[in-house]
Amino acid sequence: MSARIDRISLLAVPALGFLAVVYALPLVLLLAKSVQTPEGFSLAEYRAFFADEYNMRVLWRTLRVAALTTLLALVIAYPTAFAMSRARGGWLTVFLVAMVLPMSLGVVVKAFAWSILFRANGALNGALQWIGLIDRPMRMMFTEAALVVGAANVFLPFMVLPIYAVVRQLDQRLPEAAASLGATPMFRFFNVTLPLTLPGVVAGSAFTFSLAVSMYVIPSLIVGERQQTLSMLIARSFLYLRNEPLGSTISAVLLGIAVLVVVLSSWLARRLGART
Amino acid sequence: MTQTDRIFRTLSWIVGLACVAFLMLPIVITLAASFTSSPVYTLPPPEWSLRWYRSLGERSGLWEAVLLSVNLAVVSTLISLVLGTLAAVAVTRGQFPGREAVATFAVSPLMMPGLVLGVALLQFFREIGLRDAYWSLLLGHIVITLPFVMRTLLASMAAFDFSLIDAARTLGLSYPKSILKVLVPSLAPAYLTSGLFAFLASMDNYPISIFLTDARNKTLPIKMLQYLEEQPDPSLAAMSSGLILLAIIVLVIGARTVGLNRMIQG
Repeated sequence: MSARIDRISLLAVPALGFLAVVYALPLVLLLAKSVQTPEGFSLAEYRAFFADEYNMRVLWRTLRVAALTTLLALVIAYPTAFAMSRARGGWLTVFLVAMVLPMSLGVVVKAFAWSILFRANGALNGALQWIGLIDRPMRMMFTEAALVVGAANVFLPFMVLPIYAVVRQLDQRLPEAAASLGATPMFRFFNVTLPLTLPGVVAGSAFTFSLAVSMYVIPSLIVGERQQTLSMLIARSFLYLRNEPLGSTISAVLLGIAVLVVVLSSWLARRLGART
Repeated sequence: MTQTDRIFRTLSWIVGLACVAFLMLPIVITLAASFTSSPVYTLPPPEWSLRWYRSLGERSGLWEAVLLSVNLAVVSTLISLVLGTLAAVAVTRGQFPGREAVATFAVSPLMMPGLVLGVALLQFFREIGLRDAYWSLLLGHIVITLPFVMRTLLASMAAFDFSLIDAARTLGLSYPKSILKVLVPSLAPAYLTSGLFAFLASMDNYPISIFLTDARNKTLPIKMLQYLEEQPDPSLAAMSSGLILLAIIVLVIGARTVGLNRMIQG
């Protein structure tokens, strides 16, 4: 009996072996390279990176844009997931199509579509002027706000779907039971509904944040070179400056952020899971 | 239902419909821009025309990029489906310690910054002397597609009744055969949807591919971004509209066979 079970476990070997060699090992080598100099182990590259005021501004901007994108996506996605869970028939189809269809439009094209919208003579300014909200074209392109809106648009399905998965399985009798015991809608939301849907919120936010913190195509088309992010610094140091040590160091910093998000979110998910 | 409940409900519908409009906006823009007569992206178009669809054939290298991207996406998705099935069976049915960690590890590439992975693969392939762009791209794309497949298959297999496999084995099928004849067909929806998402993720990948391409092997997103930088005329909008049409056809087929809701939840 145990021999058979052992053989079943072996089925994981091809995939795990592949990921160990072509995914984990390269990342480990990248980290190793970032602390290695001809003289041996050294954190000099990191010290230089964190001492540079410009780099710190880029790091801070990257984190801020990712946080704002996640927040905007969450604010839109949370009520949407509830509307979706109540939708039936044709309306449900509308929601589901809106989640999946945009994924078929590549991120390059999506980012470009937003840059068309944001241009000074673009459609958005035209529409705002037409309804009389503004007199003159606003400067939208190359701003952080434009970047956050564009990024939230691209990553929204990754926020909506995990929350929808949780909301759909939410036992509607629980809030009702709370109501029959005299709980006010506010109390019910904060003490019943919200805690039960938090695992979906954590999963969606972690996914959206890690996508947003490492995005490259969207900022390079919407804000351009003037406002760098960590990803753009990496691409620039590898593809144009040919400064691989710098690129490796920034990659390691970005990798650190991503790993932190994974660890924190799975810890949070476990804690929330244990409570329910 | 109290007044407050009704307000909550109405609000969620308003936000939900605004969200749908917001999500569809880039698609509408792209479609509108593709039918313009003007050589630049102006909205609304001064006149409607099909000229950018006709010009698609003249863009050098575009079709090669499409073919390369489709090739990479199909091959990497198929390999991921096979590797993913084996690993998911092992995690669901195997009795080894750290199965949870294995599942997390297999899905974790989804959360890793693409550019970092691209840089790491570039250095790694250089180190081991792999110079062929196609093979580098293919290996990189398997890393991208495998987690999509694993995520869906792990969830679906957790709900699969493995006593059906035991029943098939009692009736004389070998274990590999019973997996192929019983498990795979009953998980068809999971295969269809995870395969679709894996395919799209591969087709759309820019950050890993950019480090692994050479002058001759450029994938579609890389070629598109390059065109946008060099001569941004609406032929790319026409190209994308073609891809949207293709996606709509796939969605209709998926909705008819699997159902949209199952497609999304895997």
